[in-house]
Amino acid sequence: MALELKNVAKKVGADVHIHPTDLTFEPGSFNILLGTTLAGKTTLMQMMAGLEKPTSGEVWFDGRNVTGTAVQKRNVSMVYQQFINYPNMSVFDNIASPLRVARLPDQEIQSRVGEMAELMRISAMLDRRPSELSGGQQQRTAMARALVKDSDLILLDEPLANLDFKLREEMRDELPRLFAERNCVVVYATTEPTEALLLGGQTAAMHEGRVVDLGPTAQIYRHPSGLESAKVFSEPPINLASASVKSGWVLLDEGVSWKADKGLADGTYTIGIRPHHVSPVRQSSKSVVVEGKVKVAELTGSESIIHFHAHDHPWVSLSHGVHPFETGRFARFYADMSKCFYFDSGGHLVDLSSAGKAA
Amino acid sequence: MARITLKNLKHAYMPNPVNDEDWALKELNLDWDDGGAYALLGPSGCGKTTLLNLISGLLTPSHGSILFDDHDVTGLPPEQRKIAQVFQFPVVYDTMTVYDNLAFPLRNRGVDETTVNKRVLEVAEMNDLTATLGNRASGLTADGKQKISLGRGLVRTDVNAILFDEPLTVIDPHLKFQLRSKLKELHTRVPNTMIYVTHDQTEAITFADKVVVMNVGEVVQVGTPKELFEEPHHTFVGHFIGSPGMNVLDCEVKNGHAYIAGKRIATANKASAKAGKSEIGVRPEFVKFAGRGLEARVVKVSDAGRFSVVEADSAGGRVRLLVDEGGTIPPDTAHLEFDPAATRIYTNGWLAGREGQP
Repeated sequence: MALELKNVAKKVGADVHIHPTDLTFEPGSFNILLGTTLAGKTTLMQMMAGLEKPTSGEVWFDGRNVTGTAVQKRNVSMVYQQFINYPNMSVFDNIASPLRVARLPDQEIQSRVGEMAELMRISAMLDRRPSELSGGQQQRTAMARALVKDSDLILLDEPLANLDFKLREEMRDELPRLFAERNCVVVYATTEPTEALLLGGQTAAMHEGRVVDLGPTAQIYRHPSGLESAKVFSEPPINLASASVKSGWVLLDEGVSWKADKGLADGTYTIGIRPHHVSPVRQSSKSVVVEGKVKVAELTGSESIIHFHAHDHPWVSLSHGVHPFETGRFARFYADMSKCFYFDSGGHLVDLSSAGKAA
Repeated sequence: MARITLKNLKHAYMPNPVNDEDWALKELNLDWDDGGAYALLGPSGCGKTTLLNLISGLLTPSHGSILFDDHDVTGLPPEQRKIAQVFQFPVVYDTMTVYDNLAFPLRNRGVDETTVNKRVLEVAEMNDLTATLGNRASGLTADGKQKISLGRGLVRTDVNAILFDEPLTVIDPHLKFQLRSKLKELHTRVPNTMIYVTHDQTEAITFADKVVVMNVGEVVQVGTPKELFEEPHHTFVGHFIGSPGMNVLDCEVKNGHAYIAGKRIATANKASAKAGKSEIGVRPEFVKFAGRGLEARVVKVSDAGRFSVVEADSAGGRVRLLVDEGGTIPPDTAHLEFDPAATRIYTNGWLAGREGQP
């Protein structure tokens, strides 16, 4: 029961929301749409569900063309960022409703709802009304309802975005397990690269209505096809700088230089280095010093994100631990250039692996 | 601007509280310095909104008092407390221009137009609103409107404190970064007492000089961001702050030292002989694989890109540790070493040696 998008595109007036796209998601697969807001993730999902009709192209499911089939006639579950519950029903009845519609025996309804409630940590709230629950519990109720029936296609559109941080951490740990034994197609949209990595599966990186990269999630992160994919897959944003390569040396506008990798031809490139390879402490012998004025220090609780300007170019450093930095001061950072990506003038990743470089 | 003192403050929503859990806010004594940037951080239902409402005057406490600069305001209604508040949802008059929205709190208090103009221009500049001052507020995005709300909170010069109640809730995750940084910058430019309520650790820790961490109606630690990371005073703080949170492992205490399955674990503190549930707390950042140490079996590896979160089962329970990208992860049984300076004993949840002291 594979889901296939064949040359699917969406235009609204003169605006192209989705450029012609081909995608195939196999049964039992976990698929992530990763991209910023307005990258086209929701539009693409709505076309998969049958909530939106593509302007051109076809949607196939289980070998049948379902492009014109209404959402009610497809076995689809959707979970949105903003959840919806029946206010006059108990939590139990909310979760049970799709099973009652499907006329399942009471005993099975009991056990399935119980199992799902346990997974969502709302077992103690089954007799309450949604309005008596916290926001996070209401969201989990809606999620349990969407997941309790055996759908062929489950679409989750940023389902954890409105949850408390700790809960999000737990849920993304549990979600893959929830789908592991199902034979359905799961599509999960998120704006967060770390969430995508921890969920695993395969990822379609999206940018401005196009799929710019596709493959196993960790592989895309480590070997992005190009600049756009690398940008989508970095939070905080990947550091980019224009570089020129000449006589075996790489030189940045920032005045920083290092010995070029073997196989890197002379010319101009954009280098991309992820924030965790730019550190307040020296990480490797290949590190080069980048000095700059600290603009903002963001602390997440266990990591420090320092934004600084070097020669008027914005840079970001990410490191373990809490390191308060005074804004407005000059500070020294060490960029491990053995970890940087080189992109050619067309934005494509320059593959140096044949020359013995580990990406 | 004012120093805020909370004295024996506690609050219950029910008429005759008896048990511990009847209190929405358990007894609290706190001093907030004039001009400080504070955050109230905790999960939903921890009592942070109750505390905020007590300070603003929307609630009258069942016990204790609230002082602004040694002046008792416990009985005063909100409008007499001179407090500016920024809420979750933007409070903006759609039919007014951005300028008139910012001017509103001042005009409402009869401030002369020359002063109004001066303040509005200052605040607009701080919030990047200068270019849109003449525009109607109705056409703006959620974050644009929230910037106006922030501006309205900052525009008055006669306030004792500015309270922010989850101000970034409606903001798109990708724009949150900008506003988080903006808020921090605003505090350095407007040296007012600011109290920021949130369940989001990044917002709290980025903004505040001091964070007040709450759980089930109780303050469990008041500390700088560095202190909360390096020396949690309660296992809850270690768990709630940081991702992944601190490991909490069962242990036995003999002569003040901690043991897991008979093996002594070096710790930074000693436990008193006092009976109670003893646990070891150590953050994943301070655990590593080693040739010797606590025996454990690797059960799960999650690739987070720049590092992997490894989960291993030991006699004390599940241990999480971080292994940087490219690091070696033993396939099955292994030994774990804890950094003694970052490993502590906790008694009944509290850091051993300072039980019950946030």
